[in-house]
Amino acid sequence: MTPLKPIAPGRKAVLGIAFFVVFVAVWAAATLGGFVSKTFLADPLTMVREGWDLFAKFGFAGDIAITVWRVLGGFVLAALCAVPLGIVMGAYKPIEAFFEPFVSFARYLPASAFIPLLILWAGIGEMQKLLVIFIGSFFQLVLMVAMAVGSTRRDLVEAAYTLGASARGVVRRVLLPSAAPAIAETLRLVLGWAWTYVIVAELIGASSGIGHMITDSQALLNTGQIIFGIIVIGVIGLISDFAFKWANQRLFPWSLA
Amino acid sequence: MSKLAIEGVGRTFPGVRGGNPTVALEPVSLRVEDNDFITILGPSGCGKSTLLRIVAGLDTPTTGRVMLDGAPVAAPGADRGMVFQSYTLFPWLTVRENICFGLREKGMPQTEQREIAAHYIGRVGLAGFENHYPKMLSGGMQQRTAIARALANDPKILLLDEPFGALDNQTRALMQELLLGIWEAEKKTVLFVTHDIEEAIFMAGRVVVMSARPGRIKADVAVDLPHPRHYTLKTTPEFSALKARLTEEIRVEALKVAAAA
Repeated sequence: MTPLKPIAPGRKAVLGIAFFVVFVAVWAAATLGGFVSKTFLADPLTMVREGWDLFAKFGFAGDIAITVWRVLGGFVLAALCAVPLGIVMGAYKPIEAFFEPFVSFARYLPASAFIPLLILWAGIGEMQKLLVIFIGSFFQLVLMVAMAVGSTRRDLVEAAYTLGASARGVVRRVLLPSAAPAIAETLRLVLGWAWTYVIVAELIGASSGIGHMITDSQALLNTGQIIFGIIVIGVIGLISDFAFKWANQRLFPWSLA
Repeated sequence: MSKLAIEGVGRTFPGVRGGNPTVALEPVSLRVEDNDFITILGPSGCGKSTLLRIVAGLDTPTTGRVMLDGAPVAAPGADRGMVFQSYTLFPWLTVRENICFGLREKGMPQTEQREIAAHYIGRVGLAGFENHYPKMLSGGMQQRTAIARALANDPKILLLDEPFGALDNQTRALMQELLLGIWEAEKKTVLFVTHDIEEAIFMAGRVVVMSARPGRIKADVAVDLPHPRHYTLKTTPEFSALKARLTEEIRVEALKVAAAA
């Protein structure tokens, strides 16, 4: 192997899939071979069967739908507030000086620790779930968007000024398009984090959703269902990741090497 | 009245962490007439780029002022087009969109924008590359687009800060002829900063030589070589005589820089 040397796309896909195969094989060997007790870890076959039951008997599709809705709802709300704020912070230094210290502080407040408070304020309805995701995503998004906008190449800004651009023109026609790919990448990253917050929110005080199903299964010691739930989250995450990457490639063809 | 009047323009940068302030530019005065092609020649760090940035309005002088058509320059504007040494095309815009950037900012109708862009794309020999993104172009093509972008705005004066500095020798020679051809055809007022002696003579009607830091004007040499100029001019005795003279002027300054370092 040579450092940093790219590999052919076909080989890349084969290697990527190979690890999934190895992973499942080790898991199957450990469980079906009897090295691990069924109480602690279900084998792959049981998991698939339990997964089938979840869909057929327990309406798991509804749980998935409600969880996806919560993630998207909370995340879109956070993005709608955070992206504009991040842009003005990145563009205008006094605004950044005003908000940045507080946002940096708030970013370290764990969203999950707010759950008891949020239950107190918003009950255990949908608003509470959305707020957990909002708190978890908003501050991260603001800082990363501000950084993306603030790191615009200065010489491009100067070139725009010598072409007669106004301050607003520079924000609209230089800072925004220059930062757009990095902002899209930030959204992709933070959406992944939003998925961890939604499950935490559903583990406490929920009557539906993937997280709620996992708590229910824990009470019944059904590790097959728990693992199936976790894997479903992983698959949805992978799909949304691919969708983002695909969209970014089409939206920003100029930024690719 | 001169097109551009630089009147006692000096620039001192404040000291970093309580250090001594740096005098980048001692008060400099220079008059540029309409349709002049003036090159500013000097060793690295002589403040020639600082002077150009002040004319562009991207930097503020500590002393003095810059007058363009009798009005003082306070901020950057479309009346002074600039081409930078670094590649400053907007990577998210195509060649045509880059050239139309300033026109769009003025609110010009699309059809008119395209006509002007087409004219300058032809001028810099980039026909067929209108829809290419900058990353698909060579360095020379990017700088040609940057020149077209600055010219499309129809500025009163064109400022060039070592525009061919990052290009290889062959491309650089071709670019010099191309720019000179455009100047001969369009009759623009040009201020061109370079540290290359041959380039300074070949392009200019006047070469302004600057001293090592702190920068000031050391010599102002008229280049009375005929136009249109062809690359073979560089091998004529008149050219060589000028080159010998300017080489001596610059060498003294370069030695000062080396001694100070």
